[in-house]
Amino acid sequence: MNSRIHNVSRRDFLKSGAGLTLALVLPAAQAAQPGVAGPGIAGSGPQAAGSFSPNAFVRIGSDGTVTVLSKHLEMGQGTYTGLATLVAEELDADWKKVVVEGAPADAGRYNNLFWGPAQGTGGSTAIANSFEQLRQAGAAARAMLVQAAAERWKVPTAEIQVANGVVSHARSGRKAGFGELAEAAGRLPVPEKVALKDPKDFKLIGRSAPRKDSVAKTTGQAQFTQDVKLPGMLVAVVAHPPRFGSTVRSVDDKAARAVPGVADVVRIPTGVAVLADSYWTAKKAREALQVEWDDSQAWRGSSEQLFADYRKLAATSGAVARRDGDASGELGKAAKVLEAEYDFPYLAHAAMEPINCVMRLSAEGCEVWNGEQFQTVDQANIAQLFGLKPEQVTLHMLYAGGSFGRRANPLSDYLLETAHIVKAIDGRAPVKLVWSREDDMRAGFYRPLYLHRLRAALDGQGKPLAWEQRIVGQSIIKGSPFEPMMIKDGVDATSVEGAANLPYAIPNLLVDLHTPGAELKVPVQWWRSVGSTHTGFATEVFMDELAVAAKADPVAYRMELLAAHPRHAGVLKLAADKAGWAKPLPAAKDGKRGRGVAVHESFNSYVAQVVEVTVAADGSFKVDRVVCAVDCGIAVNPDVIRAQMEGGIGYGLAAALTGAITLKDGQVEQSNFHDYPVLRINEMPKVEVHIMPSAEKPTGVGEPGVPPLAPALVNALYAATGKRIRALPIGEQLKA
Amino acid sequence: MTRFTLNGKQVSSELPDDTPLLWALRDDLNLTGTKFGCGMGLCGACTVHLNGTPIRSCSTPLSAAAGARITTIEGVGMERAGKAVQAAWQKLDVVQCGYCQSGQIMSATALLAGNPKPTDADIDAAMSGNICRCATYVRIRAAIHEAAKALA
Repeated sequence: MNSRIHNVSRRDFLKSGAGLTLALVLPAAQAAQPGVAGPGIAGSGPQAAGSFSPNAFVRIGSDGTVTVLSKHLEMGQGTYTGLATLVAEELDADWKKVVVEGAPADAGRYNNLFWGPAQGTGGSTAIANSFEQLRQAGAAARAMLVQAAAERWKVPTAEIQVANGVVSHARSGRKAGFGELAEAAGRLPVPEKVALKDPKDFKLIGRSAPRKDSVAKTTGQAQFTQDVKLPGMLVAVVAHPPRFGSTVRSVDDKAARAVPGVADVVRIPTGVAVLADSYWTAKKAREALQVEWDDSQAWRGSSEQLFADYRKLAATSGAVARRDGDASGELGKAAKVLEAEYDFPYLAHAAMEPINCVMRLSAEGCEVWNGEQFQTVDQANIAQLFGLKPEQVTLHMLYAGGSFGRRANPLSDYLLETAHIVKAIDGRAPVKLVWSREDDMRAGFYRPLYLHRLRAALDGQGKPLAWEQRIVGQSIIKGSPFEPMMIKDGVDATSVEGAANLPYAIPNLLVDLHTPGAELKVPVQWWRSVGSTHTGFATEVFMDELAVAAKADPVAYRMELLAAHPRHAGVLKLAADKAGWAKPLPAAKDGKRGRGVAVHESFNSYVAQVVEVTVAADGSFKVDRVVCAVDCGIAVNPDVIRAQMEGGIGYGLAAALTGAITLKDGQVEQSNFHDYPVLRINEMPKVEVHIMPSAEKPTGVGEPGVPPLAPALVNALYAATGKRIRALPIGEQLKA
Repeated sequence: MTRFTLNGKQVSSELPDDTPLLWALRDDLNLTGTKFGCGMGLCGACTVHLNGTPIRSCSTPLSAAAGARITTIEGVGMERAGKAVQAAWQKLDVVQCGYCQSGQIMSATALLAGNPKPTDADIDAAMSGNICRCATYVRIRAAIHEAAKALA
């Protein structure tokens, strides 16, 4: 899409959201992607003398440095390395001379091709949507360098070779680096059409080029939002209400203002902001602030009550997400019916870098420094608040110290909080909003609390005849600008993804959904792997329960039902083979051992994991090893894929073991890492990752490593102990 | 005024004595490689060395640094062990988001200074105060072994 978005109205913005929503929920949107932004689009950055920018994604300097502009946020998932690999491959660049810069916000040039005219990073789409676009960008630059060399040396282009950043002509023995040809190449027309390499000729794709951010991130030089310091900048901390929906009744800021270094105290829609010369001063002043809160509109419920309410709802039918055959009829007459209920708590993202944002208002517009994940949405929301045009909102995309979905907020929550503070002080100083860990953990935008109720009917051989899955939980999309597009017939697609597309061959299948919570004010959001965080667990644990009831091997039982889904079956077999599933698990002296398996597709990537555990006599247990198989199409960077599987396993394990945000009388009970424990190194199992060879287009790896871990673990614990865990986190349940 | 040695250079800070060392380093002395993660000494992102010992700078008052040698991620590469740890981290591409890695590297360097050949169990014990939400732990273990080998 080459069209720029100028002055998008609210209505147009909603329209532009449509592509986004479709892509987030229906990865099939890949097939319907808009035209690839091909070569010939002007580059953005300032041009240094002698440099050349054949398109919006690559700039070659006179010193031979190849700068790749990344339209996607680097939040750890390796996107800067992956996107640069695509450009460098077709350019035949010297990897050591490739650097990566974050692209500016400009949906005209930098839109996510799966999201229509919107720029942003999410849904594990970065490599998938860029695969051809960035290869074309590299190929166009290469063609121009070749043309420049051919003209200079007066030889045919067909005789010119490019390898490792050097352009050469064998017959005449002439050679030139990219830098020597950059200026001449820059004067040439950009080719309309360029040929891409045959995959068999790939030199970088599939070969694990080293990460581009390793040096900066191991020497303290990498710039995160937390590190931004502007002249005259004030640091803001905000006193947030104790409950969702509370408002400020009155403020006594006398003591806070008396703290040396405090510049101002202002009321904003989300609370009371204290501005000071430093974080520490602002934090101390906030402690001195006296705020009386009005709880009359606050939500005062509890997690416990929600589960009780949801349980009642689960007894009635909901909005249908998928119906094959007649599951209820079959369940009514079946000889053998299995039933299970699975509970999932709220979860905080808890990225290592607490939420923050830097913003400066000037006569020209608004400038933002942020781990920027949702450019088009954030530009529109900030522009609306200030009465600016979206293109007057300049977004500097910095490294994010993790996100796991949190920094792509459909309401731009923390960016708008910053904007309100800037507005309240009439833009007289740049503002850095800093949340403490406690602010971050208590601010909501959690993975919603869910309850699943499953029933299945088995035939005489133990094969499933019917499967009924009822899901109860808040919608992530309801109340966001994406609601009109993403909620169809009462079904938020993100609530049922991973369940409504169950791959197993079961003739009668019903998946339905209850979406409570109009009055429930706990803000919710996507969390690494979104719906699959809970659907993957419920489906894969229940499948294990079916296999147990059928007295069947859990791998063989699944394989028989996956005949029509070779990619699921492929990773399942690969993981099982590599884990030595056919052989008994070696015994341990210090406890009972068990092994469990799960397979799940999310974001068009297929992942199977085998988890091995040892359970001690007192019910404590250790996760010894996880064997993971992933099919994500062409493996652009196998080492980054392995890293994402390792990380996804660790992130999933943290949630499975201890992850829970709980509410009581409307208040979040957790605040920091002592009461919201996350995974530490002593809990990290050995991990083996096996990548399925594939010629399919690449798909994402940031999220798909997470979903299979928890069900495979719970299945392993069952194998070891005969105790079935049906509520997450596992916590102390085996000790009871 | 608090005077101390920071990465081999004499520095001073006029912030109040009870200001956490973290904020003196970041805001006053402009070394932002040391990170703020939890403010309670629970996550290790703020780990620096005080006379060679790893400490959590978010919960150490500036006054504790008076007259001491403080080393941060910006200076640890000047030491042999620190340099080896950074090189191992780069060789194995340990980092993901990178926000915790300054603290990880400071803890790992201190471990190797006292234990040149740590086992996995030694590593788990020494590094369990440093949280990585990207869960780069498999590679942290491998990189510490790698650095130990390089230093042997």
